[in-house]
Amino acid sequence: MSFVEFLQQLINGLSLGSVYALIALGYTMVYGIIGLINFAHCDIYMVGAYIGFFAATSLGLPFVPTLILAMVGSAVVGVLVERVAYRPLRKASSISLLITAMGVSLLLENGFNAVFSSTPRSYPHNILQQKNITLGPVHTDSLHLIILGVSVLLMILLQFIIYRTRIGKAMRATSADKDAAALMGINVDWVISVTFAIGSALAGAAGVLVGILYSSIDPYMGIQPGIKAFTAAVFGGIGLIPGAFLGGLMLGVIETFVTAWYSPLAGAIGFIVLIAILIVKPSGLLGKKASEKV
Amino acid sequence: MANQRIMACVLSLALTASFAGCQQTNGSASSSAAAAGNAANTAASGDTIKIGFVTPLTGSTSSYGQSSQKGLQLLEEQVNKEGGINGKKIQIISVDSEGKAATAVTAGQKLINDDKVCAIVGPVLSGSSNALAPICQQYNIPMITGTGTNENITTAGDCIFRTCFTDPFQGKIMAKFATEKLKAKTAAILYDNGSDYSKGLAEAFKSAFTGKIVDTESYNSGDKDFNAQLTKIAPYNPDVLFLPEYYEDVAVIAKTARSVGIKATFIGGDGFDSPKLFSIGGDAVEGVYFSTHYSADDTSAEVSQFVKDYKAKYGGDPDAFAALTYDAGKVLVDSIKKAGSTDGTAIKTALKNYSGTVVCGKITFDKNRNAVKAAVIIKTENGKGKFFTKITV
Amino acid sequence: MKKHLTKLLIFLAASAVLFIVLQMLISANIINAYYKRILMTICINVILALSANLVINYTGQLTLGHSAFMAIGAYGAAAIYKAGVPFVVSLLFGSLIAAVSGFLIGLPTLRLKGDYLAITTLGFCQIIVVLLQNIPQLGGAQGFAGIPGKTTFAWVFFSMILTIVVLHNVVGSRQGRAMVSVREDEIAAGAMGINTTRYKVMAFTVSAFFAGLAGGLYAFLMMFINPTMFDYFKSMDLVIYVVLGGNGAFAGCIASTAILTVLPEALRFLNNYRMVIYPLLLIVIMILRVKNIRLARLKGFFRKFRKGGENDAAA
Repeated sequence: MSFVEFLQQLINGLSLGSVYALIALGYTMVYGIIGLINFAHCDIYMVGAYIGFFAATSLGLPFVPTLILAMVGSAVVGVLVERVAYRPLRKASSISLLITAMGVSLLLENGFNAVFSSTPRSYPHNILQQKNITLGPVHTDSLHLIILGVSVLLMILLQFIIYRTRIGKAMRATSADKDAAALMGINVDWVISVTFAIGSALAGAAGVLVGILYSSIDPYMGIQPGIKAFTAAVFGGIGLIPGAFLGGLMLGVIETFVTAWYSPLAGAIGFIVLIAILIVKPSGLLGKKASEKV
Repeated sequence: MANQRIMACVLSLALTASFAGCQQTNGSASSSAAAAGNAANTAASGDTIKIGFVTPLTGSTSSYGQSSQKGLQLLEEQVNKEGGINGKKIQIISVDSEGKAATAVTAGQKLINDDKVCAIVGPVLSGSSNALAPICQQYNIPMITGTGTNENITTAGDCIFRTCFTDPFQGKIMAKFATEKLKAKTAAILYDNGSDYSKGLAEAFKSAFTGKIVDTESYNSGDKDFNAQLTKIAPYNPDVLFLPEYYEDVAVIAKTARSVGIKATFIGGDGFDSPKLFSIGGDAVEGVYFSTHYSADDTSAEVSQFVKDYKAKYGGDPDAFAALTYDAGKVLVDSIKKAGSTDGTAIKTALKNYSGTVVCGKITFDKNRNAVKAAVIIKTENGKGKFFTKITV
Repeated sequence: MKKHLTKLLIFLAASAVLFIVLQMLISANIINAYYKRILMTICINVILALSANLVINYTGQLTLGHSAFMAIGAYGAAAIYKAGVPFVVSLLFGSLIAAVSGFLIGLPTLRLKGDYLAITTLGFCQIIVVLLQNIPQLGGAQGFAGIPGKTTFAWVFFSMILTIVVLHNVVGSRQGRAMVSVREDEIAAGAMGINTTRYKVMAFTVSAFFAGLAGGLYAFLMMFINPTMFDYFKSMDLVIYVVLGGNGAFAGCIASTAILTVLPEALRFLNNYRMVIYPLLLIVIMILRVKNIRLARLKGFFRKFRKGGENDAAA
């Protein structure tokens, strides 16, 4: 591999990684606060892509209002899912919650399939001009840069919300101990709703951006990126916002390089590296080893 | 200590309950003690002739299944409007395979044993077809797939027919086309490692191409980012890039390939054949060549009538899945007509001797019950597929 | 001890009667081939669910990759059968290599906790699927065809009974109690001198053995296998069976597996909305179950069912 090709693959990897990171941020946010692997997260991402699609085509909205509408719509769906399906199970074991999340995931996928059919739909080509950007011998495109930029921005924003605002403090308290937080006068239901709203809005934004990037959307579009983003989140240490970002980028880069080396392994390599890392560092790259109280 | 008696009791209850649960779907199931061999006769004795159709209606392959279903429903409507088969109306019973081979088998058995269909159209996907074929063979129920392209499907026995190309055939003709018509000396391949269709085509192309294969890369089903593979292919500067996959992936690959500076001509198989190719791929899929079963601008009566009827019913252009499944259904319906009976063996004989013209041209079956027909090469221009040439091997 | 033996004999006798009745119904074609296939699928799924149950409920380790062992069993059995080995030996071989891989993958990964283990096992499953896709000798992505239909109803039924008896004995044994102690409190168990990793790996290995057995039976039932049959969606189905079945109770696990295997088929009359209603029911059942439904008290069947469940959990 020549140096130029190496550089180009690095850029490819970071581009792919930024997509993973964007989806992983929402995953990890919800996990960090209530400890649920929200399997339906990647389907909220799909819902966001569809809302964006209809906003852009039926309503003919330009990019920014489309994005905002998709984020708001996804947030509403996310909060609704939490209210209806997760809240009744909050006291139950986490595995019961996991099963419910799988159910919600299937429901959204098949529900959208039943209503909109699974024929792929494509965003109008002119919604966001994709430009090739050449930097000497290597190149990338504007949309990947936007996705990377949005991921960084959202990561900083999330860190700010969680560590610098009142609601963030409430979130951290809820994360540490739900019952104690409630005793301190924190409205736990409200905090969890806000968490879901933010996480789902992130998924919605990712849905629109990735929908435009890959041109086509369908009801099952979330499955593959969902599992990759989840892997990325665990990779970086699940529950940690910077971990999701770092995990996403690293997963993207590693996958890209292995694919370039021997592509039939592409589907497995992310997991091979994940297992290797977890064996060495059982709580992810940035995760701290939590000592358990007896 | 656990109580085994309760366990056994619950077990038997569960099994009985499950049994009852199944029966709700078909009231006649328990009353009919007819052996499976008589299934065909039962189908004939009613007012309708029941034909089964196994297709993915949910899951990530459901867009293919839903298109196919549209084609077959159009046929059902047309046949019944014209008075059905020898005075009997036909009824297409579609069952969802979820795109899973295991579900396809269970669904197929429901059609055979419960609905007592006289023949099965489909399954749409190769994996499902491979799994269901031995079962159909066992019950002497003719199975005719319009889209299952894996070579092995029809080897299950003399009940299994196919009205489309096999993977090796299509790979071969595209290799021939690339060398002879496009004068390609070098080729690169990018295929889907998890798809039987894609892998089958890629292997056939590889062994039939007389020029040099400069690079073969693959990806995993569901991947949407192809930068890594295409960046690797780019420096080889191949004359053609063979893309043996379906339109939604092809469109994204084409866009990415152009953006990384690949100048090669894109070629592929019938997976390209969908109006969606252009709406997703845009300019990147201009000047692409692919092999398929018919050309929409063919002036033959069958094609123009089909395209017209399809548009009138669904308001859009048909894709290859719709046309192929329509054809498979049509060949079957004509054969049942000719057999004058819904007996499996009679239909089988009629199918073997079938010769007729459907949307995809004139069809006869060879000794392995695969359709013998010509392939059409389509070139894309201005967001539309144009007839380029016809190829036979 | 004697009481235990009596119970076992009663169970075996009841199973034999059940088998004879079902077999007669099948012979008379009252249970036609479609229902027979569903029955056989239930039996195979019960073996899988009970084996996953050992890891998930008794040892408290969430695995999302159990279908990988099923794949290893299926491919192992089918491949060696093609090499000319008798059916029974092929099944045993498939189960054994599944058990060995369970041991090998369990050894390093079972040190991981909770969700980290979940994603690791899911990853393992995906790795196996990709590997199988890349082995042309096993058919690759195109699938492994031409496996004879050796699996009969008797085979799956008695394999299921064998699984129930063996796993029931395992959880009732000293080792089984050690596994439960790991679930209840790993640190305390460790402090009591229980080698927690050892018992986790032991549970994993036994569980993989039975998953491999189910895989072998499945291959000879399907007559055609391909790698995507064993992807993580299959594993998730198993987790759903196990979790809906309750806290480790065998009866609950068997009942939920049977019901959830039948449900998608029983819902076929809904046509396009079948797969919308199925997850909806799943969510509703989950919520009702956790909310400790009043509905259950209304029905004697459910009361019995729950009593059985509590007894089993206490075992």
